[in-house]
Amino acid sequence: MTSTAHRAVGQPIGRIEGPAKVSGEATYAAEYPVKDVVYAWVVQSPVARGTLKSVGTADGTLAVLWHGNAPAIEKVDDPELAVLQSDRIGYRGQAIALVVATTLEAARRAAQVISLEIDEEPHDALLTADHPGRYTPETVNPAFPPVSRKGDFDAAYAAAPVTVDVRYETPALHNNPMEPHATIALWEGDDLVLYDSNQHPPGVAATLGEVFGLPAERVHVIAEHVGGGFGSKGTARPNAVLAAMAAKVVGRPVKLALPRQAMFSMVGYRTPTLQRIRLGAERDGTLTAIGHEAVEQSSRIFEFAEQTTVVTRHMYAAANRYTGHELVRLDMPTPRWMRAPGEAPGMVGLECAMDELAEQLGLDPIELRIRNEPAAEPESGVPFSSRHYVACLREGAERFGWAGREHKPRLRREGNWLIGTGMAGATYPAMVQPSVARVRITPDGSAEVAIGASDIGTGARTILTQIAADELDLPVERVRVRLGDSTLPKASVAGGSSGSASWGWAVTGACRELRRSGKDEAVFDSTDLVKKQETDGKHAYGAHFAEVRVDADTGEVRVTRLFGMYAAGRILNPRTARSQFIGAMTMGMGMALHEEGVLDPATGDWVNHDLAEYHIPVHADIESVEAAWLDERDDDLNPMGSKGIGEIGIVGSPAAIVNAVWHATGIRVRDLPVRLDKLLTAGL
Amino acid sequence: MNLVVNGVGQALDIDPRTTLLDALREHLHLTGAKKGCDHGQCGACTVLLDGRRVNSCLVLAISQQDAEVTTVEGLAEGGQPHPVQRAFLEHDGYQCGYCTPGQICSAVGMLDELKQGWPSAVADDDLEAQIRERMSGNLCRCGAYANIVPAIVDAR
Ligand code: FES
Ligand code: FES
Repeated sequence: MTSTAHRAVGQPIGRIEGPAKVSGEATYAAEYPVKDVVYAWVVQSPVARGTLKSVGTADGTLAVLWHGNAPAIEKVDDPELAVLQSDRIGYRGQAIALVVATTLEAARRAAQVISLEIDEEPHDALLTADHPGRYTPETVNPAFPPVSRKGDFDAAYAAAPVTVDVRYETPALHNNPMEPHATIALWEGDDLVLYDSNQHPPGVAATLGEVFGLPAERVHVIAEHVGGGFGSKGTARPNAVLAAMAAKVVGRPVKLALPRQAMFSMVGYRTPTLQRIRLGAERDGTLTAIGHEAVEQSSRIFEFAEQTTVVTRHMYAAANRYTGHELVRLDMPTPRWMRAPGEAPGMVGLECAMDELAEQLGLDPIELRIRNEPAAEPESGVPFSSRHYVACLREGAERFGWAGREHKPRLRREGNWLIGTGMAGATYPAMVQPSVARVRITPDGSAEVAIGASDIGTGARTILTQIAADELDLPVERVRVRLGDSTLPKASVAGGSSGSASWGWAVTGACRELRRSGKDEAVFDSTDLVKKQETDGKHAYGAHFAEVRVDADTGEVRVTRLFGMYAAGRILNPRTARSQFIGAMTMGMGMALHEEGVLDPATGDWVNHDLAEYHIPVHADIESVEAAWLDERDDDLNPMGSKGIGEIGIVGSPAAIVNAVWHATGIRVRDLPVRLDKLLTAGL
Repeated sequence: MNLVVNGVGQALDIDPRTTLLDALREHLHLTGAKKGCDHGQCGACTVLLDGRRVNSCLVLAISQQDAEVTTVEGLAEGGQPHPVQRAFLEHDGYQCGYCTPGQICSAVGMLDELKQGWPSAVADDDLEAQIRERMSGNLCRCGAYANIVPAIVDAR
């Protein structure tokens, strides 16, 4: 057992790599000094649909690769990685050629001027709720049934004395981690080495192995520091394949860093969603019917179906329920995971609709939620392993100062500012995935923990150090965690808010095995234990509260306060946890007020594909963003009793802001983001 | 051409199209300055050029013959981190760390502007509001803003 003398878990220990990050020493993918490296630049399709006939040559280049001359790749499960293999163009922005030159400047220039012969075809890029191409996919991400029914939704909804039937829309959103996707690829004989910015080194190694017909052990992926990902680096992206292919062709190491503009099309984004929410309730607020449907898009080349309405399956009680998803395949880039896929857009629809129901009932929106708290998973009946949603609502309301809030909107004004408050619930599944870790005692009595995980800014390196220190009864200074390398024991992806739970379990297991065996090295594989777990009924919860002020003349919205109250298992490191919560809430503010990929249907492209025009929150937008949490520990989940915390902050925080804007102005903006022109058009 | 980077003279033989950012990262292997957009839209590449903060991706290196450049690698003095660097550690003013060198260099330049009484769009004396406005060219996708501003206030 661990003595309490130096308990590290639960302490606000500073990030282990902090000094390297503030001094500029932390090395990201494109920054490794590699001898004889040359530069690649991607040529992206200027049309949304068509056939590539030929690509010209360019002076001063080492190679111009396209499907007419690129090496054939072996096999891929993800068709987006079959780069330069076919003459078909699936979307505007798709990589159709790659230029390699000895300098960055020459590669970039050649890519800009190279001639392309393309047979363009008419395209369809616009998602509409009644698109004739709508269909129900077989599953939604990752493997949920697309439709769920319980009781008789239609009858209960028709019979309900109070109903809400609203449509909410969320736009295309772009992950935009600060570090663009980048790879340096080099071949050492038949072995491939990749310095690659990703959330899953072992996964990228396995995929690149398949692509080039190599066993995974022959591919070495290094991702020691990763400048964010938010889902867009969860699997190998085309940059990794392109760089490796080019390195093979030119016989030299190749560096390929995507320009920011390419990240709007080449690496995934969050699908736009068109949602319809129908709620039926008794006059006291008891829900009798919940219906939630979403129409979303994917590309022609790959089906990605976001699980937008799955969250509605377990949030509130109601005897009669219906959720569904429809997909339209368009001549558009492939959407993928972006922070809390499913929950983030789905809770905009559900939590704004709940606010509209509370308004109709003249009931406090918190009270409405408390009245519909389920005793177990409403669809499956599986008990919750822990659910402290109501406690978050109550405690959060207390700390935010919710009491005494007027139900009616547009009652507070200070000068030209209309002031309002809003709230929304939050939830995210507590997931865990199989991982392997190794721990070794070095001759000086220190411990070295090895796991092929990726710290994309979550604090994983620090938290795993704390976990190992406690398990081995060592001070944290005597524990060294190695990660970010595919040659280390196989870890799961840094995604689905599952990193700390999954890797922490493997590290705990390895440490316990080491102590049990008395040896100086131990390996632990959590696969069997993880597979035995019931996955239903395991979620983190929270409540978000927002105070906004809206300029009565211009419609400018400012968020005066944003507050999140969470019950998310045992908090392993309050300092890094708080940063994750407030960071995701900040992104939630972007979703509510700033962010949208603006489509030009005529070209099939996002017109605002850079950081000047795709607006994300900046310093000036942040006045007060705070997070707090309840003491929770759920030992049913993993040996640490923790839940994932990387995503829950973006779930519900957008709805809290949208609801606060209504409270300030009396205007319901149902298509995000809430822009001032929408408020003005609605008669602010 | 020649640059003085972090106090050290550097001779460079570069393509005239090379930006100051690429000269630092690709030729001098000073990768502290980050490339987030290459278009002057994110601030990740911020360095001090003759003492003033600039987006180094918007500066052609050859236009800066003999200029003095300070990057995040050159902020420490006598082996001691700069107060702004220390404050970022103290306040967890980052997550992924990719915007961090730009935030730090920008903060150092900004505090100097503040001291010299440079005007800002925020006229009131609320120091935090001033800092937020003046730092708005430095994006942080991890959303560490609420930690960065108190760090800068502390370092001031
Ligand atoms: S890289 Fe220079 S401002 Fe973004
Ligand atoms: S710390 Fe990741 S972008 Fe700022």
